[in-house]
Amino acid sequence: MDHLDELEAQSIYILREAFARLKKLALLWSLGKDSNVMIWLARKAFFGRVPFPALHVDTGKKFPEMYAFRDRFGKEWDLDLRVDPCPPIDSVDPTLPPAARSAARKTEGLKLALNKYGFDGLIAGIRRDEEATRAKERVFSPRGLEGEWDVRDQPPEFWDHFNASPPQGAHLRIHPILHWTEADIWAYTKREGIPIIPLYLAKDGKRYRSLGDQDITNPVASTASSIDEILAELENTRIPERAGRALDHETEDAFERLRVAGYL
Amino acid sequence: MNMILPTASISATPNGTTRPQVRIVIVGHVDHGKSTLVGRLLHETGSLPDGKLEMLKAVSARRGMPFEWSFLLDALQTERDQGITIDTTQIRFRTRSRDVVLIDAPGHAEFLRNMITGASQADGAVLIIDALEGVRSQTRRHGYLLHLLGVKQVAVVVNKMDRVDFSADRFKEISEEISAHLIGLGVTPTAVVPISARDGDGVAEHTPRIGWYKGPTVVEALDALEPARPLAELPLRLPVQAIYKFDDRRIIAGRIESGSLKAGDEIVIMPTGKIAKIKTVESWPVTPVNGPQGAGRSVGITLDRELFLERGDIIGHSGQSPRDTRRIRARIFWLHDKPLTKGEQILIRLGTKESRATVVAIEKAIDPGALSNEENTAIARNHVGEIDISLAQPVATDPYTENPRTGRLVIEVNGRIAGGGLVLSVDAGRPAVPIDIVPVESALRPDERSARYHHNGAVVWLTGLPGSGKSTLARALERRLFGNGGSPILLDGDTFRAGLNSDLGFSPQDRSENIRRLAEVATHLARNGHIAIVAAVSPSTADRAAARRIADSAFREIYVATPAEVCETRDPKGHYAKARSGGLPSFTGITNDYQPPTGNELTIDTSNRSVSDATDEIERMLATTGILFDELTDLAANI
Repeated sequence: MDHLDELEAQSIYILREAFARLKKLALLWSLGKDSNVMIWLARKAFFGRVPFPALHVDTGKKFPEMYAFRDRFGKEWDLDLRVDPCPPIDSVDPTLPPAARSAARKTEGLKLALNKYGFDGLIAGIRRDEEATRAKERVFSPRGLEGEWDVRDQPPEFWDHFNASPPQGAHLRIHPILHWTEADIWAYTKREGIPIIPLYLAKDGKRYRSLGDQDITNPVASTASSIDEILAELENTRIPERAGRALDHETEDAFERLRVAGYL
Repeated sequence: MNMILPTASISATPNGTTRPQVRIVIVGHVDHGKSTLVGRLLHETGSLPDGKLEMLKAVSARRGMPFEWSFLLDALQTERDQGITIDTTQIRFRTRSRDVVLIDAPGHAEFLRNMITGASQADGAVLIIDALEGVRSQTRRHGYLLHLLGVKQVAVVVNKMDRVDFSADRFKEISEEISAHLIGLGVTPTAVVPISARDGDGVAEHTPRIGWYKGPTVVEALDALEPARPLAELPLRLPVQAIYKFDDRRIIAGRIESGSLKAGDEIVIMPTGKIAKIKTVESWPVTPVNGPQGAGRSVGITLDRELFLERGDIIGHSGQSPRDTRRIRARIFWLHDKPLTKGEQILIRLGTKESRATVVAIEKAIDPGALSNEENTAIARNHVGEIDISLAQPVATDPYTENPRTGRLVIEVNGRIAGGGLVLSVDAGRPAVPIDIVPVESALRPDERSARYHHNGAVVWLTGLPGSGKSTLARALERRLFGNGGSPILLDGDTFRAGLNSDLGFSPQDRSENIRRLAEVATHLARNGHIAIVAAVSPSTADRAAARRIADSAFREIYVATPAEVCETRDPKGHYAKARSGGLPSFTGITNDYQPPTGNELTIDTSNRSVSDATDEIERMLATTGILFDELTDLAANI
């Protein structure tokens, strides 16, 4: 077994545990490279079909290429796709810095969807290497009634034994690719032939390393126009993956505040 | 010599290279410098992303503090404000020979659960000690927990050497103390390295300030740790995660924890023991897949027949299956606020199996910080101990020493993991403690039976060497009592070994269990008014004492004290001859010691008296000890 085989087997194990132990699951599909890999892994875990809905909490501000991707592969992959909108910006905590406030709409949209469908488990494609607070996540991460993350009281989790009993009315976040890196995602995408959104490939000396809302995501300087070139670029770069995400850089704790409140 | 190659913080295996990856946890007492060492390691190896150093400087300045490396990993506000690591985190870099995942774990006692969460994923560990403070209780506790989690490779780092003027003597003192502690736990330190993490001495390079030290740097010590041993050589263990029926296939899904499998293999499903053959190994997008699938793979298989099986079963190869049991002993660590006590109802998770369970006994309770034994009544938070657990359902498992993957468990309280540990032994023969069992009493009262049989219920236990005449006497007594209208029932040891006890061998444990079962069955009969006549060598005084405890006042012990030479000349089953020729290694009378009873109700030597004479004597004993009634009195009492 090589490194990618190990990552894949571990993720499949996590997905199957979630499916076995939670009643009402959904998979959060943000249309980016990570959640595409995650859907691919779910199809492997369940022999070709994803036995729970794929939820896209839509800010309405994604790139057109992302919507096109969603509409095409939602069908081709035979997903039970649910698209739910986010509430307007004035419903969001006004003390947050602007980009974070914009991102916090997604948290609110997520809460509405949770209430609407009654999911007790949300599968999310976050990775430890993306961001320092995500590095502290559990694989099965309990959330409070309002979706909040209590970082000071995370349950013990060891040897692939996960806590899967959310309190009444609350839910769990399940993170099947927490242990992957950005380079792992690209190497696996290439190996498996998983389709990608062209925005990740360089055009006019720039490409997106991480895709979010149009107004708060910026491309980075790059000449990588194939996955091989992306992998080579990642070997040498010292620019963090989320450098193009405005909300990470507004204040020291902007991202932590978002995450504690229920953001991914 | 700097062995680290510069890399981005994202280190992986682009293009599917097969560099080994080791996962290393950094543990130690609070404030001994774990996070600082990690920060330093990343800096020295060029693994920090652009802007990170500047950000940390700004964060430190904003708090009016000197530059603080630990802010790199202590990402949470609370952590930075209080200067402590609350939760475990992971970060990566590469050495020349491998990829390293560093797991930073908190040192505070109250966050021990987070330390364990981090350490349980590790192939090796770095244990850090402050040169000024020396070995502290948390240092010892972490050492003990590493041992308990099965982390065998530990590199010790003695940090803050600058605060002891880089004293070689101080280093030697600490080095000897911690080495002795770890070796006492069965863990040999792979290196003991003096460093100053803040200034970088000894981290990636030797500096003149520790010129007296000739061993490896921290980086070199990390490079010497080995990735986890492959599990492929162990017997197959496939815990069933789920059975999927999305189409016409019935796919059994799970991850191979050890060994390997392929289509055509004959397998056994434990704990039920059902046998089947693997028909196909299913996959997506291409199915079926050919060739063996090894440990670590998440697979799906179909079988050649329809069998009922469920999540939590373990699939193994025939002849190499895990054991099934409702009773295990485990060494555990306890993380819950409320101490774990004897009699407590808990939920056990063993692989994908979930079972309710009862704590039958707390056999040891230890504070791993002080390494002191405590009273065996409860295991307190952050302490360790050994417990005896009885499960509500049979489970399949292995002792940890035989299979580290299937020999570990966690305990859940109120839906949350509260402790975990290793299976020390699988005591297949020991009783499960009843949880929801309400014994049903007989419809008849004992005196109703006594009136008919003219005797009370009893267990007449004949013990003695093979060939001493136990079975002969037992059969004669059975015939005699029956002839008098009683209800005798013969329970012969060998007969039981052919059926009820056919799972038992001749180890001391199995012999004890054999006797226990005989005693239980005999006592049940006695309680229902019968006279159970047990003929069994039962060589151990302790086992017979246990049988007497079970049967209580109904127990009558007869020592058939025929001399060994006489027994050997009789040799009714040919056992002595076979044992003399070496064919029966644990045969009582030749190689095993027989322990004659004391305090038995009767002793009979069959070498100098007839069977009927001996039977008379047994009958008299039963009459004088209140088992057989004087017939007239009896009738009068029941008219």
